Amino acid sequence: MLAYTARRLLMLIPVLLGMSLIVFAVVHAIPGDPAKTIAGDKATPEQLQEIRKNLGLDQPVYIQYFKYLQALLQGDLGTSLVNKTKISEEIGPFLAATAELSFVAIAIALFFGINLGILSTWRQNSWLDYGSMFIALIGVSIPIFWLGLMEQWLFAQELGWFPSNGRLDPRMEYEPITYFYIIDALLFGDMAMLGDVLKHILLPAIALGTIPMAIIARMTRSSMLEVMRSDYVRTARAKGISEFLVIYKHTLKNAMIPILTVVGLQLGLLLGGAVLTETIFSWPGVGRYIYDAINSRDYPVIQSGILVLAFIFVMINLIVDLLYAWIDPRIQYGKE
Amino acid sequence: MKKRLWLVSLIAIFIFSSVLVGCVEKKSAGTGKNDKTLIYGRGEDAKLLDPSLVTDGESTKVTDQIFDNLVEYADGSTDVVPSLAESWEASEDAKVWTFKLRKDVKFHDGTPFNAEAVVFNFERWADKNHPQHKGGDFPYYAYMFGGYKGDPGHKIKSVTAVDEFTVKFELTSPQAPFLQNLAMSAFGIASPTAVKKDPIAFTRNPVGSGPFKLKEWKKNDTITLVKNENFWRKGEPKLDKVIFKVIPDNSARFTALKSGDVDIIDGLNPTDVAPAEKDSKLQVFKQVGMNVGYLAFNTEKKPFDNPKVRQAFNHAVNKEALIKNFYSGLAKPAINPMPEFMLGYNKNVKDYEFDLDKAKQLLAEAGYADGLEVEFFAMTAPRPYMPDGKKIAEYIQADLAKIGVKAKIVTHDWQIYLDKTGKGEHQMALFGWNGDNGDPDNFLYVLLDKDNTRMPDAANIALYKNDELHDLLIKAQELSDEKQRAELYMKAQEIIKRDAPWVPIAHATVPYAAKKEVIGFKTHPTTELSLEKVDFAQ
Repeated sequence: MLAYTARRLLMLIPVLLGMSLIVFAVVHAIPGDPAKTIAGDKATPEQLQEIRKNLGLDQPVYIQYFKYLQALLQGDLGTSLVNKTKISEEIGPFLAATAELSFVAIAIALFFGINLGILSTWRQNSWLDYGSMFIALIGVSIPIFWLGLMEQWLFAQELGWFPSNGRLDPRMEYEPITYFYIIDALLFGDMAMLGDVLKHILLPAIALGTIPMAIIARMTRSSMLEVMRSDYVRTARAKGISEFLVIYKHTLKNAMIPILTVVGLQLGLLLGGAVLTETIFSWPGVGRYIYDAINSRDYPVIQSGILVLAFIFVMINLIVDLLYAWIDPRIQYGKE
Repeated sequence: MKKRLWLVSLIAIFIFSSVLVGCVEKKSAGTGKNDKTLIYGRGEDAKLLDPSLVTDGESTKVTDQIFDNLVEYADGSTDVVPSLAESWEASEDAKVWTFKLRKDVKFHDGTPFNAEAVVFNFERWADKNHPQHKGGDFPYYAYMFGGYKGDPGHKIKSVTAVDEFTVKFELTSPQAPFLQNLAMSAFGIASPTAVKKDPIAFTRNPVGSGPFKLKEWKKNDTITLVKNENFWRKGEPKLDKVIFKVIPDNSARFTALKSGDVDIIDGLNPTDVAPAEKDSKLQVFKQVGMNVGYLAFNTEKKPFDNPKVRQAFNHAVNKEALIKNFYSGLAKPAINPMPEFMLGYNKNVKDYEFDLDKAKQLLAEAGYADGLEVEFFAMTAPRPYMPDGKKIAEYIQADLAKIGVKAKIVTHDWQIYLDKTGKGEHQMALFGWNGDNGDPDNFLYVLLDKDNTRMPDAANIALYKNDELHDLLIKAQELSDEKQRAELYMKAQEIIKRDAPWVPIAHATVPYAAKKEVIGFKTHPTTELSLEKVDFAQ
């Protein structure tokens, strides 16, 4: 297991190197000029040239890449062209915001997805089955931005149950510790803040969790149906174990491997692909951070931002792979 | 066995976390429920909070509250009134300006405001070798004052402290909009102590003398400002706190206003203005902006090198219909390149009326009786002056088809669009301008003088070159008498109308919406934001 983990971690190096090269190439292939976004639409040619020189953008692209790589190897993610802040100092809160939202979204997706899936296997080909799978179908087809706007309209504007945007009532000032607001609120023991944070996170988390929920529901259904037919389930039933235990204890655990794979992939996607949700709910996350950087051609932020996300994606996949062994002891790593 | 381990660790986590709960003391001033807090919803975060380094309006909306200038714009116009300077006088030749400063002003960090502070700020901006000329490139300084110290076009020869509260500017040549320039957001006076401490950190921790001080900046989320108790204008600001909240999506922002999460917003979708006006809990402010949306012809490319063709196209654009359909009525048809409230606006200039027969006839006279094909650049980045470039282009395209013109619409990403138009790659292109200092020079010279056709960054994307116009505009720059200047600009507008390098389309109205209880909010043509008089009705 340890050897396997070490090998996987070592493999990260070529993966990240390759990523950095691809990202760098793509980013520099985007037409447009960062100098212009810094100086505004109104700058003179001399000013623009000066800015390009200051930023090192007048050098050949391959030299820029090697300089970038050199800094990267020293753990330096670079400095934003636009606001001159070190990316490593700046990116933390954005990552935390996205991670918090993604975790809550995936938790909601897991809970509802698995139970919907179980519901439809439990009474296969009944109206429960069709109903659940219809919900799942809607879930994968619904555009997130539309769902988000509808949630805001109904729950914020009309009913006033939840705030329409943000992570916390802006009137509540506080100095973040972990930048995970739920954890911070717990650390402070501030229940009012915790309630406010949870109220804020619910609507965007539902919007973000809908697609994974639907995918998980479908995957649970097909995976469960397969396991339900196996002999040991029949034996368990014959022993007179309650249906609840048969499903949740005996069947679900064996059906979990493919579900876990889906969850891992979806979580990775959520972490990087939450731009729409983050935009509609004004969630200050990493997706919007990179999106804004693309608009202003802030090369270092785009490069390092994507690289960090790629790193997280790979790490999540590694964790999922390791979890397989924990869930199903028959799976072993490191033995040929 | 394994199961028990699982249970034990779960319990351990539970105990551990319940110990942790509440063990960290929350550093905050509490929720301050009784404070008068205004939450201002807007589309983007500020880039930096040093106004001299930025060019975007989102940054200056915040810095306008933190910094004061020597002079400021009067309510509702671009006339200049005293601010940090109580009074001023210009020498006969308009090359020497002497300002008397207020004596009762302190920066937020306690540093006294005086002539030395003014000199320090101007030297920092102008001199590339100044130790605090850091953090960026001071684009507006170079743009408004002709470059940096040592550059051939640099307008400010020297800034000197005559005594503690008198400061003298010597210019290399008279600059007509000099006072207007000083009133621009970019030239807010910063605390020298804070800048000297760390000019880079200053961009995140700005220190000025304005009505509000920075409390906290959560990137891409909120910027919290608190009242400056020692503000020199007694009785202001009325609010205890202002929070700028980023809500990127226009519809979501409007929803946030309606559900009470924010108190005031800008950047409404034009289609949301009518519902907002009908809503009994809301109020709407509309400000004719210092802007223009236009269709520019590349006068160096066929067929637009022929003025007759340009005039023909002018007759084929139905401005009223465009404003009704795509600006939701939130604009005024543009006749001249600049809006009405500006100095020297020529009311006697007659527009090319919408008349397709006349357009056809002019095309025939130009030798295009059988029609012609053109490429038509449409900007897709929505701007108030051009809310939906593609649809506007399609509408114009349909009218052009009626006079035998086949226009092929081309769109690009905004950055590329700027690049390509700056290099003159277009035949005709939709474009627009937000004014800076409220002076006609800032529209007519910048957008239509031959000096500004230099590629690859031509601001005059019509590449329109007229020596007669150039002479008028340069002469107007060197006069300080407003009346004489106005006459020159009136003449200039006549020439521009005749040569028709553009179809000026619209001056957009900038809408804001607020809760009914917000009082004292006033919009400004420059879109500068001032919140010191804003309050909540009791």
